[in-house]
Amino acid sequence: MTVITVNGTEQKLQVDPSTPLLWVLREQLQLTGTKFGCGIAQCGACTVHINGVSMRSCITPVSAVAGQNISTIEGLAPSADELHPLQQAWIDEQVPQCGYCQSGQLMSAAALLATNPSPSDADIDEAMSGNICRCGMYSRIRKAIKTAAGVQQFDPALVDFVQGVNNG
Amino acid sequence: MGKWTRRGFISAGFIAGGGLIVGVAIRPGNRAGDFASYAKGDDETLLHTWVKLDSNNVVTAIVPHSEMGQGVGTALAQMLADELDADWNLVKFEEAPAISAFANYPLGKGLLMGGVDMPDFVVPTVDGVLIRTAQALDLQITGGSLSVRTTGAYGMRVAGAAVKQMLRVAAAQTWQVPVDQVVAKDSQMIHEATGRSEPYSAFAAAAAEMTPPASPTLKTPDQFKIMGRHVQRHDLPSKVDGTATFALDVRLPDMLYATVKRAPTFGGGVDNIDDTQTRTIKGVIDVVRLPAAEVSALIGGFSTEESVAVVAEGYWQAKRGLDALNIEWAATDNDSVSSDAIFAQFDRDISAGIDRQADVSQGDLTTSMANASQIIEAEYQVPFLAHTCMEPLNATAVVKDGFCEIWIGCQSPLSFRQAVADSLGFDVENVTLNNCFMGGGFGRKSRPDYAIQAAQLAAKVGRPVQLIWSREEDVQQDFYRPAVQSRFRGALDDNGNLTAWENTYAGKMEPVEAPLIPYTVAVKDIGHVASPTHVPLGAWRSVDHSQHGFFTESFIDEVAVAAGQDSYEYRVARLQHLPRQLAVLRKAATEAQWDVPLAPGRGRGIALQESFGSIVAEVVEVTVSDGNLSVDRVVAVIDAGYAISPDGMKAQIESGIIYGLSAALYGEITIKDGAVAQSNFHDYSSLRMSKAPTIETHIINSGEVMGGAGEPGTPPIAPALANAIFNATGERIRQLPIKNAMFSV
Repeated sequence: MTVITVNGTEQKLQVDPSTPLLWVLREQLQLTGTKFGCGIAQCGACTVHINGVSMRSCITPVSAVAGQNISTIEGLAPSADELHPLQQAWIDEQVPQCGYCQSGQLMSAAALLATNPSPSDADIDEAMSGNICRCGMYSRIRKAIKTAAGVQQFDPALVDFVQGVNNG
Repeated sequence: MGKWTRRGFISAGFIAGGGLIVGVAIRPGNRAGDFASYAKGDDETLLHTWVKLDSNNVVTAIVPHSEMGQGVGTALAQMLADELDADWNLVKFEEAPAISAFANYPLGKGLLMGGVDMPDFVVPTVDGVLIRTAQALDLQITGGSLSVRTTGAYGMRVAGAAVKQMLRVAAAQTWQVPVDQVVAKDSQMIHEATGRSEPYSAFAAAAAEMTPPASPTLKTPDQFKIMGRHVQRHDLPSKVDGTATFALDVRLPDMLYATVKRAPTFGGGVDNIDDTQTRTIKGVIDVVRLPAAEVSALIGGFSTEESVAVVAEGYWQAKRGLDALNIEWAATDNDSVSSDAIFAQFDRDISAGIDRQADVSQGDLTTSMANASQIIEAEYQVPFLAHTCMEPLNATAVVKDGFCEIWIGCQSPLSFRQAVADSLGFDVENVTLNNCFMGGGFGRKSRPDYAIQAAQLAAKVGRPVQLIWSREEDVQQDFYRPAVQSRFRGALDDNGNLTAWENTYAGKMEPVEAPLIPYTVAVKDIGHVASPTHVPLGAWRSVDHSQHGFFTESFIDEVAVAAGQDSYEYRVARLQHLPRQLAVLRKAATEAQWDVPLAPGRGRGIALQESFGSIVAEVVEVTVSDGNLSVDRVVAVIDAGYAISPDGMKAQIESGIIYGLSAALYGEITIKDGAVAQSNFHDYSSLRMSKAPTIETHIINSGEVMGGAGEPGTPPIAPALANAIFNATGERIRQLPIKNAMFSV
């Protein structure tokens, strides 16, 4: 038996330990918000948090996360009647088209903001380039991350200049 | 109750639960030549839409199109609601069920879903002849950038205006006041003189007794309140919290999972399967050979070879089981075909010109070429492309007691349903198809091969089966965007004027006008030769426009350069007869500051392509530094007549640009030993965040006939990019993808 904690709930699983976490979530636990896109950690559709760090669940055997805390898109909102700031920004900026990749995009973005509340464009590029969006909504995703972060969309050179002034 | 007219057919009925339901059948222009013989000598197509008003005063637009990301439901609901003068907060939409006569949900309702209720709006009230015709045509298609400009323009708006008129009459009769004193506003009927005001729903029952007006008065753009405004898409909340149901998310009791493989070489079959190892894997239930499939010309006209599926308790076991099979594929005549051989064949066939078919032949080419002071020659190539929708192909089916129910995301629910019925030998009435949100479509999900496989598997296994294609199968068993080679000659006179345009290419699909050019030139000879290969082909976002936009808009750039003129001004001089094209091109140049010089190493390129009724120009800015190419900025301008949903249109243009940019930079399916050499996103790359340009989209509402939005953003991006690279480096890109040039992308 493998025991994992998903969105705060302990789950005891009778499953082949080599099974990727993705399929355990989708099939055993019926948490279908996490998506299958490639199976080889190339597209990011399967992104979840393991102890707060974004991971590709399609290549992570469930045995490797035994005893760990796993968060999925279903656990991103703080409560049933409140959205995560990124989810609200995703709606405000009208990010999704087909929407299939967006669970993974949101989980990657949430992991970014959790450790870097004011990401630069380069930070966003680095955190988000593992997530493919075939509908091509990258500029909206970038904007929504900044909206959620409360980051003013200044020219980076200007930001550097202001920071330079502030630092004396 | 209702009648045919040229404008449309409308009927009404009162449904259980106290609502009004109105159906509209519409007959817009038909681009599906295969169906013409079914249209009784009339080159028009048939679609139908539904409107529902419930007892809580909520209007539901029942949309006969599939949601694959384009926001079609929201845009169509805007059109309906505006004509109806509905309160936008009381408007929603549902996708129409895939029925053409009577709904058939016995399996889903009774056996599988444990009595979970299904939508009950499926009782058709329209005329039987219409239904039979629509059934024969199997038209519930999403493609061709058609939905807003056909279903919306001729269906939803008419339906909204008709319903409003019926409700006004009903209110007037109830209140015993003249109908012209009854005002419809925000889902309320109002009679000011007597101070009366009641919700639309109060009059639904009375309105349902009326014959709807077939040609109600429609609003003029100055009267629009919801059309042309930015509204939030209705489907997005479910797409940010994981609750949106894609076909892959369907869960049925007792369901098994399966994955499948066809012969790598197209046309190949199975000689032998050794499944010894597979059957030792825990959780594997069965190994199933699925027969070759033949889909009739009426609903697509293609065939696929047999396939091998592994059914298991979960996808992972099925995938491991499939990988463990030892399959001997049958030899085929195409086992040694390569991409090089295919392009050599194209080259040979273009040179031979055997059975060359003219798209346009105007003027005396031989004389023009003989008199030219300069002849420009160029040849371009683009490869096969896969679609790689984010959601891999999948379908969930159950077959029991002569009935089949299937859950799928597809672009043509009725033809899929027919194909499933045909493959099982069932009457179509005994197949129920539930269309789910699609995780991308782009043309791929108009071919029902995956639906047929799922249904046949379910029939063999006797339990519900969810068939999931691996990404590898998705890349290697697509219906590909055709590879095309295109050869040009252009004649210039002493002043650099273009006097003749000659173009021959190998491979044509549709639409016929894709290789035509808008520019004034006295002599044109554009034509194609057939040069078939064994690679299966299909529609890919913008169909032939994606190839020919690259060819023609690159070559006109080469001509301008040879003439020693600015490539933008050269186009402008040859568009004086087309004011819309001219306006779009000029705005793109203005917004992109075409006249402002760029620093060394940077470049700017422009391209213009009309497709699916919309005119789009794009300007691309690039930086090439130490062999590294960066696509910095794209300025796009679209004239689609009128933007119903401006932000939705911008999103579609952004999407079309990124989709085309992925193809231009990276997209390449190559054929080796008769099979596709690529297999997943690591070797069939897609554009990522760090490489995505900023995109500025500008909309021109010219008021002309509406065009589409889903596809027209794609064709101009590759040529605008290639032209920008030339502007920056002097290097002309004549073959895609650009990753194969000397640039690091």
